[in-house]
Amino acid sequence: MPMPAPPAIALEQLVRRFGPVTAVDHVSLAIGRGVVCGLLGRNGAGKTTIVKILTTLLPPTSGSARVCGCDVLRSATEVRRLIGYVPQALSADAELTGYENLLVMAKLYDLPRGVRAQRIEEALALMGLEHAAHRLVHTYSGGMIRSLEIAQSTLHRPTVLFLDEPTVGLDPLARQTVWQHIARLKESQSCTILLTTHYMDEAEHLCDEVAILDQGRLVASGSPQALERSLGPSATLDEVFTHFTQGEAEVAGAYDETSRTRHVADRLG
Amino acid sequence: MWPTASAESAPGGRGGGAAAFARQTFAVAEMELRKLRRDPTELATRAVQPILWLVVFGEVMARARLIDTGGTSYLAFLVPGVLAQSVLFIAIFNGISVIWERDLGIIHKFLASPAPRTALVLGKALSGGARALVQAIVVLLLAVLLGVRLSWSPLHLSGAVALVLLGAMVFSSFSLSVACIVKTRERFMGVGQVLTMPLFFASNAIYPTSLMPGWLKVVSHLNPLTYQIDGLRALLLPVPAATVAHIGLASDYGVLAVTLLALVAVAAQLYPNIAR
Ligand SMILES: Nc1ncnc2c1ncn2[C@@H]1O[C@H](COP(=O)(O)OP(=O)(O)O)[C@@H](O)[C@H]1O
Ligand SMILES: [Mg+2]
Repeated sequence: MPMPAPPAIALEQLVRRFGPVTAVDHVSLAIGRGVVCGLLGRNGAGKTTIVKILTTLLPPTSGSARVCGCDVLRSATEVRRLIGYVPQALSADAELTGYENLLVMAKLYDLPRGVRAQRIEEALALMGLEHAAHRLVHTYSGGMIRSLEIAQSTLHRPTVLFLDEPTVGLDPLARQTVWQHIARLKESQSCTILLTTHYMDEAEHLCDEVAILDQGRLVASGSPQALERSLGPSATLDEVFTHFTQGEAEVAGAYDETSRTRHVADRLG
Repeated sequence: MWPTASAESAPGGRGGGAAAFARQTFAVAEMELRKLRRDPTELATRAVQPILWLVVFGEVMARARLIDTGGTSYLAFLVPGVLAQSVLFIAIFNGISVIWERDLGIIHKFLASPAPRTALVLGKALSGGARALVQAIVVLLLAVLLGVRLSWSPLHLSGAVALVLLGAMVFSSFSLSVACIVKTRERFMGVGQVLTMPLFFASNAIYPTSLMPGWLKVVSHLNPLTYQIDGLRALLLPVPAATVAHIGLASDYGVLAVTLLALVAVAAQLYPNIAR
């Protein structure tokens, strides 16, 4: 009998400390293949830290994190081949054109020349950026930049895609565009997506499953519908979130995070 | 959009290997050069310092005849020194780009890719080398305008190009390591500023090491800049090498190459720090 494929993402008793701050506190979580999972939490809840551990940027203090069965510490290169990543901060290079931004990623993933040209062309068409391909990215709108970043992160056809606050700082129209991109990725059913957000409507709209973090601890997980039902017949995800997380004032490190988020928002204009 | 089944068995990229490593290295360098091409003002402002050193300092010191340069004119002696100095000043601030990329999220994305960290570092160093080459051409043109006679043999020139590249890559990778440790622009600029002048004065750039007090002579022989300049003098000045250089070309290249390998290894170790 064939072994069942390991989950796309598996965290076991994951802990990450920064000095006195415990950013991730014994989190265990499994996310199946093809699922779109939302990691919810206030600023400073530990979302970015989990994403950085899963993308091999940050070693765990203890516990383990696996992507498709590959350990982020022991099999970092395999994990990197499997994943795509759009960081929370703006990660397209403003001094390069959209095309060049795609080209450098295609080359870093060492896509063969023929495939490279074709994938870049497809990506530009898919994201509606053909007309802007040879413009410098600093002339792009916030929504165009996020679209470009998603295109960059999917050129190599990742098995698991990480999107850290994909719509933070975007105007409503640009948010719609990014949602459409994510929905299209989801429809293709070809990759698992872990996205972080603190917008409940975003989670409700995009996610099959959500995991709610509060001060580094996993306080609830499941489908949005199941979580809502567990609270009452007409509960909303907003209410679920408030139920499981504590008051804003008690969250340590929120100031730092808020200023960073605003910074991103400023630059996204 | 893409078939799930093949996604894992045939991941996006080709296998590893030396060719892949080279392609990834050049990818990083290429993007830096594309940026440089768009903003050449940087190159123009960088020509000011060498002009001051050669036209003002060089001419005055040549007149004063204070420094024994073994039969070569002081100005000619100074040209390789100023060349290496301007290369140093470019390379030592090369790391700022990585701090910039950290403040955005660019470097995070690069580090989450399967490209070896060594390729990422070497690519950055190589772009530092290419910038330095452009600067070297500016200094050499300046020397020609000032009537300094240089050796234009293709062999010597390619040797000098290699030395400029090596030296610039040495200080670029050093700079990248510093950037990975200090992480902020302010601290990085501080460290850079503190380091450039000692590196410059504790070298044979503007006086031969034979004039130095013992301790300084020792320090200057621990300074990669000294080897770069020694080699450049041997290659660029149209006089017997032994009259202007005292280390020997083989050692010059050897020391620079070994230092480069060591510093790239260190920078590759430190590189992941930048995203933490
Ligand atoms: N590099 C770091 N050094 C020190 N503390 C950090 C660092 N990164 C995150 N933290 C802290 O860890 C906690 C979780 O941060 P983060 O994962 O960025 O939260 P989120 O993405 O949910 O807003 C916060 O208290 C934050 O201040
Ligand atoms: Mg975050």
